[in-house]
Amino acid sequence: MKKKKRDNMETKQNTGEIYRISGPVITAEGLSAKMHDVVKVGNEKLIGEVIQIEDNRIIIQVYEETTGIKPGEPVENTGLPLSVELGPGLLKSIYDGIQRPLPELEKQTGNFIKRGVVVNSLDRNKKWDFVPTVKKGDAIEGGAIIGTVQETETIKHMIMVPPKMKGAIKTIEKGKFKVEDVIAELDGGEKITLMQKWPIRHPRPTKEKMPPEVPLITGMRILDALFPLAKGGTAAIPGPFGAGKTVTQQSLAKYSDAKIVVYIGCGERGNEMTEVLTEFPELEDPKTGKPLMNRTVLIANTSNMPVAAREASVYTGITIAEYFRDMGYDVSLMADSTSRWAESMREISSRLEEMPGEEGYPPYLGSKLAEFYERAGRCVGLNDKIGSVTVIGAVSPPGGDFSEPVTQNTLRIVKVFWALDAKLSSRRHYPSINWLQSYSLYKKTLDPWYDKNVDSKWSELNNEAMKILQEEEKLQELVQLVGSDALPERQQVTLEIARLLREFMLQQNAFHKTDAYCSLDKTKEILNTILWVGQKAYAALDKGVRARDIVAIESRNTISEAKFNEDYKKVLDKAKKNIEAELKKLVEDI
Amino acid sequence: MNYKEYKTIKKIKGDLLFVEKTHLISYGEIVKIKVGAGDIRLGQVLDTSKDLVVIQSFEGTSGIDKSASIRFLGETMKFGVSEDILGRIFNGRGVPIDKGPDIIAKEELDVNGAAINPYSRISPADFIQTGISTIDTMNTLVRGQKLPIFSASGLPHNDIALQVARQAKVKNQKEEFAVVFAAMGITNEEAHKFIKEFETTGALSRSVVFLNLANDPAVERIVTPRMALTAAEYLAYEKDMHVLVILTDMTNYCESLRQMSAAREEIPGRRGYPGYMYTDLASIYERAGMIKGKKGSVTQMPILTMPGDDITHPIPDLTGYITEGQIVLDRELHRKGIYPNIDVLLSLSRLMNSGIGAAKTREDHKQVSDQLYANYAEGKDLRGLVAIVGEESLSEKDKRLLKFADMFEDKFVRQDYYENRDIEKTLDIAWEIMSTIPPDELTRISPDTKKKYHKYKR
Repeated sequence: MKKKKRDNMETKQNTGEIYRISGPVITAEGLSAKMHDVVKVGNEKLIGEVIQIEDNRIIIQVYEETTGIKPGEPVENTGLPLSVELGPGLLKSIYDGIQRPLPELEKQTGNFIKRGVVVNSLDRNKKWDFVPTVKKGDAIEGGAIIGTVQETETIKHMIMVPPKMKGAIKTIEKGKFKVEDVIAELDGGEKITLMQKWPIRHPRPTKEKMPPEVPLITGMRILDALFPLAKGGTAAIPGPFGAGKTVTQQSLAKYSDAKIVVYIGCGERGNEMTEVLTEFPELEDPKTGKPLMNRTVLIANTSNMPVAAREASVYTGITIAEYFRDMGYDVSLMADSTSRWAESMREISSRLEEMPGEEGYPPYLGSKLAEFYERAGRCVGLNDKIGSVTVIGAVSPPGGDFSEPVTQNTLRIVKVFWALDAKLSSRRHYPSINWLQSYSLYKKTLDPWYDKNVDSKWSELNNEAMKILQEEEKLQELVQLVGSDALPERQQVTLEIARLLREFMLQQNAFHKTDAYCSLDKTKEILNTILWVGQKAYAALDKGVRARDIVAIESRNTISEAKFNEDYKKVLDKAKKNIEAELKKLVEDI
Repeated sequence: MNYKEYKTIKKIKGDLLFVEKTHLISYGEIVKIKVGAGDIRLGQVLDTSKDLVVIQSFEGTSGIDKSASIRFLGETMKFGVSEDILGRIFNGRGVPIDKGPDIIAKEELDVNGAAINPYSRISPADFIQTGISTIDTMNTLVRGQKLPIFSASGLPHNDIALQVARQAKVKNQKEEFAVVFAAMGITNEEAHKFIKEFETTGALSRSVVFLNLANDPAVERIVTPRMALTAAEYLAYEKDMHVLVILTDMTNYCESLRQMSAAREEIPGRRGYPGYMYTDLASIYERAGMIKGKKGSVTQMPILTMPGDDITHPIPDLTGYITEGQIVLDRELHRKGIYPNIDVLLSLSRLMNSGIGAAKTREDHKQVSDQLYANYAEGKDLRGLVAIVGEESLSEKDKRLLKFADMFEDKFVRQDYYENRDIEKTLDIAWEIMSTIPPDELTRISPDTKKKYHKYKR
């Protein structure tokens, strides 16, 4: 007993005792701690994080089940904030909310997740082939790239100096190393390993954030043309069931021009998460023909896994995304769903007996959401490389009610809203993104890029298309009342042009080899053709041709063949020629 | 182990006892509360600290005074399992109440279970034939799924659950499901009915029944579903059985959760339910599934009654966010005397598509389901229109749809409590009612399928 007391005295700063346990919230006393320090709780060393400090007591949120833990058990402070391990081996991984690899957990504790398991996030024994890019004597600063590792067939992993280090290279190695091996030493004695750690609640530093002037090209016509997302931008998708959220996300992962994909399954259903975990590894990367997992990191924290880990999962994900951004890659991060994340904040907040805000959510809900989305961006890194993190967050409002706080706060922050619509998908209109409810606030800043890089008329064409689609909506209401025959001739033609836009431009088959990805040029050509048909049709109408004859010309539907043909220009030219001929004949027949 | 008894109750409030000056008590520990000779009640530690322990009594606090003595058992809530639990009836705390012999436990399992590693799961894809047309065709249940019934007071949800329990089987396999049945807060009368039903159909021998009656303590309801799922997991993952778990009524469970939360003076969330209700419900519903390398499976069919028929109420709402779909019962169909009164338009099975098709049910299944859905939806809309403009002003097509909706309810939805339709029979009935519709109006069905199955009668 005496000895124990002395031990306690010596390590007074670092260990203390549990005073109180209430669900995932534990109060400890007798140790000093900083906010957000990681602590090991109880004899089983459960992972927890300091979330409040009061007098001589600290309050800890525990990332694992606390049943069976007693007051008086030890609490040990690691003195470090909750961090992730960053280095080769991240790609292809499947992690839980606090970066423990799920396959490794399975090996250690079987099919059910037991608590108190310590697993390394990165494999400690695997050797990586390190190729240095600097030499002895080179002066380097934090963020500098000192070498590369071919992590997967698709991705070269840049080994960077941790942000706060600085100096001249004293030694640098070449060859096969484990993640913890020292591969370089600076003249100041700092050692650099393949792996570094970073606290998840702190954004990784950059030199400068750039304006959202470059689009993330998705290969989906409706997104690229009408609701573009900037690289480093933020978007929200509401996910009513059956609206094809999964297909949309997978298309974005496969075809968008982001190099790295980070997918966070946050508080979702176990069976659905399994679908993602089994389907993603089987997806083929259309660009390389290799597995898509080669450039993917998955994070899965289902609804019955500890709530505190759910809260941490989005930060774990975005820190990993930022790390790849710092290498100069474009990263897209998908968080599914941010509503579940917000609910985990609500739950922890109520355990802390904080004063609730709207619908029981903590009053800081809005600022937490904003902080998270603010970590997106296209940035100049410390090493002058330009990379980006684009965040696409799914929101699942209870009862489909968009006025609830999470959706409202999210919509205040994000710049793009892709409204998935179950009605469209039940009509087999894919991608089922509603063009009247969706919006993109990047359109204005991105138009100059498109006008310069695709076609000078790009923005004009899109605005024109949007106008027709909006007019269609109004006309449809009329049609329902009076029938389409009663509409004025000109408007009957407009309805037909809108149909062409909907079916040949907005609809896209994600499972067709050619149609799944549509280049910007092809998008423009299709759009251009349809609008050209419009002009010709109106002209014919002015010459006295009846609307019902115009909307019935046969060759108009041949435009759709362009979607499925690599040589779309030829198909469209042919379609144009035939349409022109048919219209000409109608004019002559009057 | 320290088996000291304490008589240091400081405060009693609702179902909660506040005890001070104890030794160090672990969180979640089980407690025996001795009130008088022969009156020993069970409780559980809800909050523990060096100075004060909060205990929640599973059997109420009435009659308890500050002189009651408290004994801490040093372990968490466990359920003793062995194969012998099959065919037995327990109360809500896992004590046998059927006058049978005591259970000699092979293992004592923690009732809270542990989360299945998502990486260890298998995607559910085996079709379960319930013999009920509306479920099998349009809201297919698969092994390892959790599919709740959203009902309301006065509707026959219990009959439907019993019918599913009696008839459920995997196509082309003889083996029947083991049924774990957990009743929370149901009346004595209902409990009798359940037990009688289980006994007469012989289902009891492959069932485990947990009964928490309406007059049993509300807090006991918090453990009942966990007991049941612990039994189910044991049978599924240790004994290779396919288990169907029926939990009724989850609304009563949530009410108890709210009651406890209020007693603990927690800050309430929506409609007074605690903020952690989502996570709490997830810890129950997510205990369904299939696991790599295990032969058995746990399929759940929780039943809840929507207060005031309101589907946006927090209980159905949060449930719907965790479960893979829902079967919604309709009051109007019930009034028309149609059993089972399942509203297919509001119902949904998110795992349906992985469980159907040529190899699993029949090639035309998906198309038939889509077509029935579309036609019935349109027909039902037209009923509203007819009320305004009268049937005469409808087109021929609309008249057909209107008639279709009636036929759909009468021939397809309606079936007898003891009528077990296999999937072929069900699909044949669907084609029969579609025979009144001309082929070109069946837009969801491919020409090949129509050629093979559709017999148009004018």
